Amino acid sequence: MSKFKTKKGKGSPAINTSSLPDIIFMLLFFFMVTTVMREVTLKVKMKLPTATEVQKLEKKSLVSYIYIGPPTNAAMYGTESRIQLNDQFARVNEIPEFIASEREARNEADRPLLTTSLKVHNETKMGVVTDVKQELRKAGSFRINYSTLKGIAK
Amino acid sequence: MADIAFLLLIFFLVTTTMDVDTGIIRRLPPPVEEEIDQKIKERNIMNVLVNKNDRLLVNGLPGSVESLKDVAKNFMMPHYPDNPNYPEVELKNINLLGDIYTSKGVISLKNDRGTSYDMYIRVQNELARAFNELRDELSRERFGVKFSQLTDEDRVKAINEAIPVRISEAEPESIGGQ
Repeated sequence: MSKFKTKKGKGSPAINTSSLPDIIFMLLFFFMVTTVMREVTLKVKMKLPTATEVQKLEKKSLVSYIYIGPPTNAAMYGTESRIQLNDQFARVNEIPEFIASEREARNEADRPLLTTSLKVHNETKMGVVTDVKQELRKAGSFRINYSTLKGIAK
Repeated sequence: MADIAFLLLIFFLVTTTMDVDTGIIRRLPPPVEEEIDQKIKERNIMNVLVNKNDRLLVNGLPGSVESLKDVAKNFMMPHYPDNPNYPEVELKNINLLGDIYTSKGVISLKNDRGTSYDMYIRVQNELARAFNELRDELSRERFGVKFSQLTDEDRVKAINEAIPVRISEAEPESIGGQ
C-alpha cells in the first residue's frame, strides 16, 4: 500500500469566483468615473483633418465648441456647410451671443481663459470658417483651436 | 450582484469615448477699428497665398506644401551677419539665453474663401512645424533637450521669446468666390 497517492486524471480544480464581483465593480467604477457623456448631438458630418504639430487641449471645462460641416440630413438641409452651436444650426451672426452665454456659464476668473475649439469638416470651404473667425474676433474670444486628429497628413 | 455590475459595466464600456481633444492652437488678433497701414519692410515678410484651387504661392512663386516647411524655416532662422535676402535680425537680451539674435520676420498667410479647410490646416501645420523645429534646435543647443520636453517654465518662456510664432493672417478678401 502506498501512502502517497499520485494525483492522476483528476483535472484542475474550479477557479474560485467569490472575488469576481469585486473585480467587476472595480472596472465599473473606473469606467463610470472616466466616462464623459456627449453633450450635443451632432447635426453635421464630422471628419477632422489630420496634423502632426498638435497640442493637447487642457481643461475641457474651459472649451466651447463650434461645429461646422455639411449637414447629416442632406435631403432636408442641403450639402452646403453649416454652423452648429449647441444643439441646432445657427447663422454666423448668432456667434457673439453664443460666446456671451458660454462666458456667462463660467466663473469670473476663468473667463479670459476660455478657448473656442473649431471642429470643422475637412471638405468645408474656408469662407465659412473665416466668417466665424471674424465674429470671434469681434466677440473678443481670441483663443482658438483648430481641432485636428494627430497623425500624418495625407 | 455580479450580473447587475456586469450589465452596468458593459453599458459604460460601450458609451465611453476616450478621445483627447487635440488641435492647432492659435490666437486671433483683436479687431481693427480702421485700416492702419503698418509698415513692415518687404524683406521681413514671407507671403503665403492659398487660392481656391488649393494651390500655393510662396513669395510670388508657385510652391508646394512639401517644401513649405523648409522655406519657412530658412526664412525665420536668424541670419547673422545681416543679409539683405533674409529678414532683419535684432540683438535681444533674454533671461537664461543671454544676448541672442532674433529674427524680425513675419509669415503672412492669406487664403481665399474657396480654399478647403483641409488645405488650410496642412499649411498651418507645415508652418507650425517650421517654428517647432527651430525651437527644438535652439532648445537642444542651449538646454540639451527638445522644446517639448522642457519642464522648466522659465526656459519655455525664454525659447518662446527667442523664436516667437509670427504668423499673421491677413484680413479676409473675397477674390475667387465660394
